[in-house]
Amino acid sequence: MSGVRRHYSLMLLAAVLLLLPLVLPNNFYYDIVIRMAINAIIALGLNLLIGFAGQISLGHAGFIGIGAYASAILPTHFGWHPLLAMAAGAAIASSIAAILARPIFRLKGQYLAMATLGMGIIIAIVIKNEAAYTGGPDGMPVAPIGLMGFEIAGEKQWYWVLAATLLFSFWAAKNLIDSPFGRALRALHGSEVAAQVMGVDIVRYKVAIFVLSAFFASLMGSVTAHYIGFVTPNIADFFHSIELVTMVVIGGMASIYGSLIGAVLLTALPQALSTFEGWETVVFGSILMTCMIFMPKGLVPTLAARFGRNGREDP
Amino acid sequence: MLPQFLQFLFSGITVGATYALAALGFTLIYNASNVINFAQGEFIMLGGMLVFYFMQAGLPLPVAVALAIAIPAVVGMLLEKLAIEPARDAEVVTLIIITIGASLVIRGLIQIWLGKGAHSYPGFSGSDPIHIGGATLLPQSLWVLGVTALVVVALWYFFSRTLAGKAILATSCNRLAAELVGINTQWVLLVSFALSAALGAIGGVLLTPITLTSYDVGIMLGLKGFVAAVVGGLGSGLGAVLGGLLVGVIEAMAAGYISSAYKDAVPFILILFILFFMPRGILGAQVTERV
Repeated sequence: MSGVRRHYSLMLLAAVLLLLPLVLPNNFYYDIVIRMAINAIIALGLNLLIGFAGQISLGHAGFIGIGAYASAILPTHFGWHPLLAMAAGAAIASSIAAILARPIFRLKGQYLAMATLGMGIIIAIVIKNEAAYTGGPDGMPVAPIGLMGFEIAGEKQWYWVLAATLLFSFWAAKNLIDSPFGRALRALHGSEVAAQVMGVDIVRYKVAIFVLSAFFASLMGSVTAHYIGFVTPNIADFFHSIELVTMVVIGGMASIYGSLIGAVLLTALPQALSTFEGWETVVFGSILMTCMIFMPKGLVPTLAARFGRNGREDP
Repeated sequence: MLPQFLQFLFSGITVGATYALAALGFTLIYNASNVINFAQGEFIMLGGMLVFYFMQAGLPLPVAVALAIAIPAVVGMLLEKLAIEPARDAEVVTLIIITIGASLVIRGLIQIWLGKGAHSYPGFSGSDPIHIGGATLLPQSLWVLGVTALVVVALWYFFSRTLAGKAILATSCNRLAAELVGINTQWVLLVSFALSAALGAIGGVLLTPITLTSYDVGIMLGLKGFVAAVVGGLGSGLGAVLGGLLVGVIEAMAAGYISSAYKDAVPFILILFILFFMPRGILGAQVTERV
């Protein structure tokens, strides 16, 4: 892919993000867009793992929980600076991912799913039980975050912060995928044995991408905590992990823009479903099943194949 | 000291038997189709909730139990026919998400139909506890253990002595080879889902008088059944039973001696240990991968 063409889609995204404030009528819509952006960044990190390394994490909300609660607990109970707390959270999440990944990735298939599932649930239970620090099931308030004297407050300021983060994440992910590292990852998804024969250290690559996605998730957990100003254990629970995997898979595995579309759709869905009163779970489940049965590759790759310009999807 | 230990052991084995049934369900479906069915827990929930509903409606217990096992079996077959079969060639992640979608649909429908409250019904043979060595045992626990043992024997007979059972085993060994010798593998898949759903429902029907049930108990019970299946070695029937009992007993001991607040975390800590130190589980087969 040529240099200019690969930036078309990024420029389009930048334009949409710039123009969006012109059509957002009030803070309620800003709020939804901000949540979409947060989810899109997490889904992007997860997609690197699921779509490109072919591994599945069923406990990603656990990493988000670590970030969120690091940002809540360290400044409140220990007087840390929020940025330092955010970094500490990301460091803890990445370390857990690294410790977990080394032995697990030597195994095959669905074992990472099981290990991450266990890890996520343990983190959620710890958060619920250590009420002295975490506020237990009721949650706890989070101090606001400041950058060089400016405090980020209000939906409009958060919008610009997240728009910039989103754009940067997509740019970084695109570069990563086109780098030797990204090619190694894709080779790995295609055939592990072939990749190994070609000299790719598969365990090292898988660990790296898993740690990276945990890092992303923890940072966004911190951001969510500061943005909402309150955290509850729900942020770390199993259902949240499933939602994230669903965003990736519905949007399209191994498709960067798929993650964006998946995050946008799944964040909007509960709002749209609130009119169904009581039927939300059923409708959500049905949509999930229908999408997966009829579009197992996800929305973006399926549509790209149907209306494909050059018969090859844009990764 | 000893009575306390016995008490924990009894409650562990009782709950463990239910995990074992769920784990057997996971194993059956995994062997037949390589799918990990995350809706398995919902069948446990369905079993308990349906008995409650039919008894409220005035049906006698045996009829209520029969219906509460038959209906989930039908739901299991529908799940296979409508959702798993059309997506046969999809990736594992996709299939996992389909079963998660199915579990949401089942849970949501029950919540709308029977509400969010916790329900129970009396034990099958009263609730006068039996005293053994200073500990007490509910008669319902004996039902749980007895029926589970019967089910395990029946399954063993089915798989080792009947043509249908052997057809399922053959399919799980090698699908293509099974098809070539004339086994209807679609039928095998359908039976596996029905059987697996029925096993889960039996667990739910038996356990509910002891632990209560509500629309959302399925997730935890299902996940613990899944842990049990992995602990025993995914794919091994005997392993699933041992894994279930082990998870139940360790959970009860940890709740009693260490911390009841962290009771639900125990199976998941266990699964991490197993994956780190004996990744094939207790009785899992040595797997060689074909390229």
